[in-house]
Amino acid sequence: MKTLVIAEHDNGALKPETSKTINAAVKMGFSIDVLIAGNNLSAMSSQVASIDGVANVLVADNNVYEHQLAESMSDLVLSISDNYSHIVASATTTGKNFMPRVAALLDVAQISEIIAVVDADTFKRPIYAGNAIATVKSLDSKKVITVRASSFDLQGEQSAAAITSIDTVSDSQLSSFVSVEQTESERPELTAASVVISGGRGMQNGENFALLNGIADKLGAAIGASRAAVDAGFVPNDMQVGQTGKIVAPNLYIAVGISGAIQHLAGMKDSKVIVAINKDPDAPIFQVADYGLVADLFEVLPQLESAL
Amino acid sequence: MKVLVPIKRVIDYNVKARVKSDNSDVDLTNVKMAMNPFCEIAIEEAIRLKEAGTATEVVAVTIGAKASQEQLRTALALGADKAIHIETDEKLESLHIAKLLAKIVEQETPELVILGKQSIDSDNNQTGQMLAALTNRGQGTFASKVVIENGKVNVTREVDGGLQTVALNLPAVVTTDLRLNEPRYASLPNIMKAKRKPLEVIAADSLGVDLTPRMQLISVEEPAKRTAGIIVEDVAQLVEKLKTEAKVI
Repeated sequence: MKTLVIAEHDNGALKPETSKTINAAVKMGFSIDVLIAGNNLSAMSSQVASIDGVANVLVADNNVYEHQLAESMSDLVLSISDNYSHIVASATTTGKNFMPRVAALLDVAQISEIIAVVDADTFKRPIYAGNAIATVKSLDSKKVITVRASSFDLQGEQSAAAITSIDTVSDSQLSSFVSVEQTESERPELTAASVVISGGRGMQNGENFALLNGIADKLGAAIGASRAAVDAGFVPNDMQVGQTGKIVAPNLYIAVGISGAIQHLAGMKDSKVIVAINKDPDAPIFQVADYGLVADLFEVLPQLESAL
Repeated sequence: MKVLVPIKRVIDYNVKARVKSDNSDVDLTNVKMAMNPFCEIAIEEAIRLKEAGTATEVVAVTIGAKASQEQLRTALALGADKAIHIETDEKLESLHIAKLLAKIVEQETPELVILGKQSIDSDNNQTGQMLAALTNRGQGTFASKVVIENGKVNVTREVDGGLQTVALNLPAVVTTDLRLNEPRYASLPNIMKAKRKPLEVIAADSLGVDLTPRMQLISVEEPAKRTAGIIVEDVAQLVEKLKTEAKVI
């Protein structure tokens, strides 16, 4: 019984999700190898090798894997899957894309977005937008699992594990990369930030999101949004916190002009401290907030910025 | 070109799911049901392809109990040409669903399959990817834009940190994200017309797919509840509490 973890990165940097996913894999109880696939990986490979709990790092360094397209990634994972009882990746848009493909090719179920490991076969995962937590036991001999990284801790460091390269390349001809449009931001990523400030429909338009900038600068916060704000076209979808967006669990979450729909709460209710600013005293967000401020956001946001 | 749209009957997205008192599952007795929101977006996209002259036929398919024909009728009212109901009373997993859909793909040979990226009940986000794997097709998941040209489909995908565009050879599988389109409402005349559109019923166990469970549901619990905190008077008090009480800034 051995576990394979697939590392999460963007070719430039290793993502904290990798370490947190390894933390989940450690709880499954078996020796852990990590596969890192991409282009130009030497620096990241040694970073992975020094994450505590990693026995071997397998490096598939080839421009075929640069964009981690699902078709080629799943063929690559499949080619080494015989050695493993557990195949684990983060439930990021990359992991969510190729892992079900791996599961289907192995003819096994996938257990999606686990938030806790009960034992090597049994896991907890949220269903119905986090309104219920299911405990499920896998009956397959091989388990394919994605991990909600925000529910696990970062692993410590160790002296470097062995690094081996995988030279066989699986280039699926089914799809090809066309282009990427990265959202440029100096701020931390939503899923990695220790403070998140999010705006909702109450922000009224996209320009008003600038009111959050000064506060985010002072707190080193990432800026998020509710689905209502995304649907209204105020901000792009990659800022969305919620059931259908990103799941965050920062030390401090500040919800501004967000009513607190079920879908939004599903994405942030595991935050350590929640602050809600809303002029409607009956907004459901106040039921989960540690500190509520019933006020007009346009009055209090500038005050908050200068008070910090 | 023919487009197949698999859809799912789920709890209405405005309804809060309640856990059964014996913790065996979520209680869906007398709960309002509807088409999964991402499936509505998939149907809408297929109909727009037909309106643009790219698609010639839109086939909606669902897997579930008899009641899920209601959602097929909705799909027909929205503009699908025909519907297929794979009937079963079993609670099936994504892998089973993907295998049953693969049989329908074999039978209908659609050039494009468009599905919702996830259903709001099981929140698995698996079926489209599994179907693509089982039918050896390329996949464009979490689509916010779909363009068909020169025998390929270009799919712009909502990924962490931005947008990625991939080109897939046809036939292909696409899964929808929220911003792909805004679904229309069915008009009353179209709802009436939908009653006369063809709806084929196939028994799930007649398709030769092994439907043995791969997972056992041990229990379903309410998530740990957060208790409401306090209402602060003003910004000064808020900052004070965050500094000295919560110690997070």
